[in-house]
Amino acid sequence: MQSDQAAKMSSLGLSAWYDQKQALDNVTIQMRTNSITAIIGPSGCGKSTYIRTLNRMHELIPRATVTGQVLLDKEDIYGPGVDPVMIRRRVGMVFQKPNPFPTMSIYDNVAAGLKLTGMKRGRNLDDIVKSSLEQAGLWDEVKDDLKKPGTSVSGGQQQRLCIARAIALQPEVILMDEPCSALDPVATAKIEGLMTTLKEKYTVVVVTHNMQQASRVADYTAFLYLGKLIEYDETTRIFENPKQDLTERYITGKFG
Amino acid sequence: MVSFGRGDSTFKLIAGILAGSALAILAVSGYTLLTGALPVLNADGLYFFFGTNWNPVIGREIFGALPYLLGTLVTSAIALIIGVPISLGIAIFLSEMSPRRVRVPISYLVELLAAVPSVVYGLWGVFVFRFYVIDYIETPLSNYLGWLPAFSGTPFGLDILSAGIILSIMIIPTVSSISREIITAVPNSIREGAYSIGATRWEVIRNWVLAYGRSGIFGAVILGLGRAVGETMAVTMVIGNTVGPAAVPTSLLKGGQTMASLIANGFIEASPGTLEISAYIGVGLLLMIVALIINIGAQLMVTRVLKVKRGAIE
Repeated sequence: MQSDQAAKMSSLGLSAWYDQKQALDNVTIQMRTNSITAIIGPSGCGKSTYIRTLNRMHELIPRATVTGQVLLDKEDIYGPGVDPVMIRRRVGMVFQKPNPFPTMSIYDNVAAGLKLTGMKRGRNLDDIVKSSLEQAGLWDEVKDDLKKPGTSVSGGQQQRLCIARAIALQPEVILMDEPCSALDPVATAKIEGLMTTLKEKYTVVVVTHNMQQASRVADYTAFLYLGKLIEYDETTRIFENPKQDLTERYITGKFG
Repeated sequence: MVSFGRGDSTFKLIAGILAGSALAILAVSGYTLLTGALPVLNADGLYFFFGTNWNPVIGREIFGALPYLLGTLVTSAIALIIGVPISLGIAIFLSEMSPRRVRVPISYLVELLAAVPSVVYGLWGVFVFRFYVIDYIETPLSNYLGWLPAFSGTPFGLDILSAGIILSIMIIPTVSSISREIITAVPNSIREGAYSIGATRWEVIRNWVLAYGRSGIFGAVILGLGRAVGETMAVTMVIGNTVGPAAVPTSLLKGGQTMASLIANGFIEASPGTLEISAYIGVGLLLMIVALIINIGAQLMVTRVLKVKRGAIE
C-alpha cells in the first residue's frame, strides 16, 4: 500500500461507543486528497458510525463517545478548543435518505449553509447557488423552479440537491453515507458519475453496502467487520487480490 | 370488504348518534343563547356591541358589552405575550436539551399545572401572588412607565395585568406540552441535515425545528388562547370586577372585567325575566362568537395561509 500521496484526512486508533456498546475498535484509515475512499462491510459493522465520526456528527447522539484521533490536514478535529461547527463546514455530508429541508425552497436549501456564515442575499450568493447546483448536475433540471420547496423534486434530484447543499459551503471533504441506497438504478448511476467528478475538487468518503458501487467508483476501499478494520487497500487489490480471508469471503458474497 | 354482520352496523349507528350529539349540543346551545339574547338585542341594538354603560336598574336599563369584550381580548393578549415564550422555552428545553433523567419528571410537573383547579389559582392570586405583582412588577412599571396611559394608575394588584399574568400561567401546560410533542415529532433527518452544514444548536432549533413545527405550534398557541378567553374563576377573583365605562381597559394597572367574569359576577343577582338576564346571555353569546372566530381563524391560518402539507410548511 503506497502512502506517498498526501492524506487529507485520517483516523488514528479511532474507537466509538454508544453508551456502553462499542461500535468501532481502533480504526486507522487514511483518506487521500482528491480520491474516493469507500467504506464497506455488512450491516452493523460500524461503517455509518465511522463516517459520522469524521465530521463530529456521532457526538450528537446522547451518550455517544469517541476516543482516538481524526486528523484533518494534520489537525485533530477532536482536539481541545476545536469547534465542531467549523469542522462540519469543512467536512460536508450527504445522508442515506435524501433530506432536503422541506420548509425551504430549492434555492434556500443550497444557500442555507452560507446564510449561517452571515452571507446576505445577492449576486454573490446567487452565483454560488448556481455553481453548486451545476456541480451537482442539477441546475438544468431546477433552474426554473428555484422557488419551489426542496421536497418537490424526485428522490434522485433531492439527493443531488443535498450534494449541492454540501458543496455550497466549499468544503474540503465530502462524506456520503450510503447515498444511493434509497434511489433507483438511473438515479444511482447519476450520483456515481457525480462522485468521480467531485473528487477532482474534493476528497470523497463514501459508505456503501453495495460492493459493485465501491469497485466502480472508489480508489481505495476499507473493509470493516464488527467495528474493526479488516483490510484497507487500493480498490482493485481489495476486489482482485485481498490479503485477508475474511475480506475475500465478504466480497465473494459468502457472508454479510 | 368483509361484512361483520349485524353487530357492526349497530355499532356504526351508535357511534354515528354519539358523534351527531356533539353537533346537536352546539346547535342547541347556540339557539338557546340567541333566543335568550334577543330581548337585549332588541332593546339596545348595536349599543350592546359598542356601548360602555351597564345599568340593570329597572326602568333605566342599558347594556353595553364593549368593555368586557375588550377586557377579554386584552387579558388574553397579555396571557399569550407572557405565556407563549415561557411555554416554548419549556418545550424546547424538554425536547431538545434536557437529559432523559429530568425530561420525564419535568414534563409531568408542567402538566400538573393543568390539574390545579382554577379557583385555587384565583385564591393564590388574591392572597399571595398579588403582592409580588405589586412589589416587583406594577410598582416599577408605574414608577418608570407611569407616564404611558397603558401603565397609569395606582398599583393595586387586582387588575387587568394580574389577571393576564395568572392566565399566562394557566395556559403554560397546554401550550408547552403540545409544542413539546410537535418539536419531538420533527424528523431527526432535518436536524442532521442542518448540523451537517454547520448550524449551531440554537440555529438548528430556530431555523429548522421551529420552522418545521410552525403550524403545530401555532395550533398549540390557539388552544392556549381558547383557554385564556374562556377562563372564568381565577380571572373573576383577581381582575377587580369594575362595571360600566370604568371597565374599559385603558390601563393595565386598573380594575377591569372580562366577558366570563361579568357573567360569573352578575348572573346570580339578576332577577328572572328581566332584561338583565338577557344581557348576560347576550354576553355569553358574544363570548361564544369570539371563541368560534378564534378557532375558525386558526383553522384558516393553519390550512390556507401557512399552506401546510404533510406536517410541513411549503
